[in-house]
Amino acid sequence: MSVLEVVVRSVAVLAAFLVFPLLVGQTEHKLMAHMQGRLGPMYAGGFHGWAQLVADGVKFAQKEDITPRAADRWIFRVAPFVALVPYLLAMAALPLQSGVAAVDVPGSAVLVLASTSVGALGTLMAGWASANKYALLGALRSAAQLVSYELPLVLAVASACLAAGTLSLSGVVEAWTPWWLIWQLPGAIVFLVAALAELQRPPFDMPIADAELVMGPWTEYTGLRFAFFLLAEYAGIVVFSLLFAVLYLGGWRGPFDEQLGWLWTLLKGFGVAILVIWFRVAWPRMREDQLQRLAWLRLLPMALIQLALTGIGVVMTQ
Amino acid sequence: MTGLDLAFAACGALAVVGGLLAVTTRHVVHAALWLVVALLGVAGCLLVLGHELVALVLVLVYVGAIVVLVLFALMLTRAPIGPDLVHDVPWWRRMLAGAAGAATTALLLAALLPLAGGAVERREISNQAVATEIFGTWVWPFEALSVLLLAALIAALAVSRGRRAEEVSGE
Repeated sequence: MSVLEVVVRSVAVLAAFLVFPLLVGQTEHKLMAHMQGRLGPMYAGGFHGWAQLVADGVKFAQKEDITPRAADRWIFRVAPFVALVPYLLAMAALPLQSGVAAVDVPGSAVLVLASTSVGALGTLMAGWASANKYALLGALRSAAQLVSYELPLVLAVASACLAAGTLSLSGVVEAWTPWWLIWQLPGAIVFLVAALAELQRPPFDMPIADAELVMGPWTEYTGLRFAFFLLAEYAGIVVFSLLFAVLYLGGWRGPFDEQLGWLWTLLKGFGVAILVIWFRVAWPRMREDQLQRLAWLRLLPMALIQLALTGIGVVMTQ
Repeated sequence: MTGLDLAFAACGALAVVGGLLAVTTRHVVHAALWLVVALLGVAGCLLVLGHELVALVLVLVYVGAIVVLVLFALMLTRAPIGPDLVHDVPWWRRMLAGAAGAATTALLLAALLPLAGGAVERREISNQAVATEIFGTWVWPFEALSVLLLAALIAALAVSRGRRAEEVSGE
């Protein structure tokens, strides 16, 4: 790989990393507004407020960057980057089309899972280093939630990889058949729910419950550092939606996938992202004990049953 | 000195520095975070050597789950911001701990240094090869380990549940 190619690939991933989360964010603004009988942003940029998030970004950049006096300065300042950078790495490993991925490695499924699990550390660091009781409580809740939901998530991905016989995401898409929509359905449901919980999106937003904990681990953050946490959340939605599309919906498979494959991947991922937004509007926040009960009594057995089902299927068809 | 040598040395230095800071810092949570740095250094070394799967699983399990659990436990109990002076130890215990650590390091170095070859070589090891080794040659140790972990889990559950039952009956 030449230097030029490395630069081009890196710039492409960075551009996707900066554009897609904004796209999902804007969709959330408008879609949520219309679901609730509002119009949402209408002013910024002229046409239906398309530039709202750009304006928000400018606003965040102008705000003062405050570090509380009692905070652990270094960890407080580094935490947003720890939350953000792993998603950049994860996005680089997602394949768009056969042979089109910024980094195509044999174990890309594990790479994506490993890097998203590192991102969780950023939330913990932020919550602890803020020297704020609300932030600490939020971090505790998010740690409990992340540890519980990591297991079903990994098991669901393991099931898809087992069915495909490879740990490479492109390999999973190559092996995908429409039958997977039924065969891998329990795993897909487990993955979607666990991914929502990993992202701490409603109905799993107990760690940042604004009525109880102000903003949870992010309470003390202002300006760009706060914006980085928001960007990490939306980049997380993009990564998990694309991962869902690649693992369970066949990625780039579709009509004319020689030329239009990348479009199929993006459209499927976008559809999953809309589902994620819809869940936020549709369901109220779950209580802490309900969260844990769902993870350990529902999702984990379901993921194990799916794993057994996949194992039986693989053995029978080979 | 090849590029691989340099990358390996950098990752190794990161792991050593992270490990040293993890045991010497007076801040409890910082110790856990330096452990993350040390683990990432080790994962980097494995990546340089071509053991991609092992490196990624190391990050997924140790950084993503175990360190998160450690941080959770620290925050639940006592994790002050700033140096932890409650658990201060006298100087001679620090010296003893340092001596024990140095002795272990010396022992490991004495055993491993003669085995070290010249330049760092990258060996592409496929995921299938790792799987065949674990679930073929090493399947019995693997299973024994998992049974051991299961026993520990059940024992932990029994300990936490059993005491509560006693308390209830004692009342």
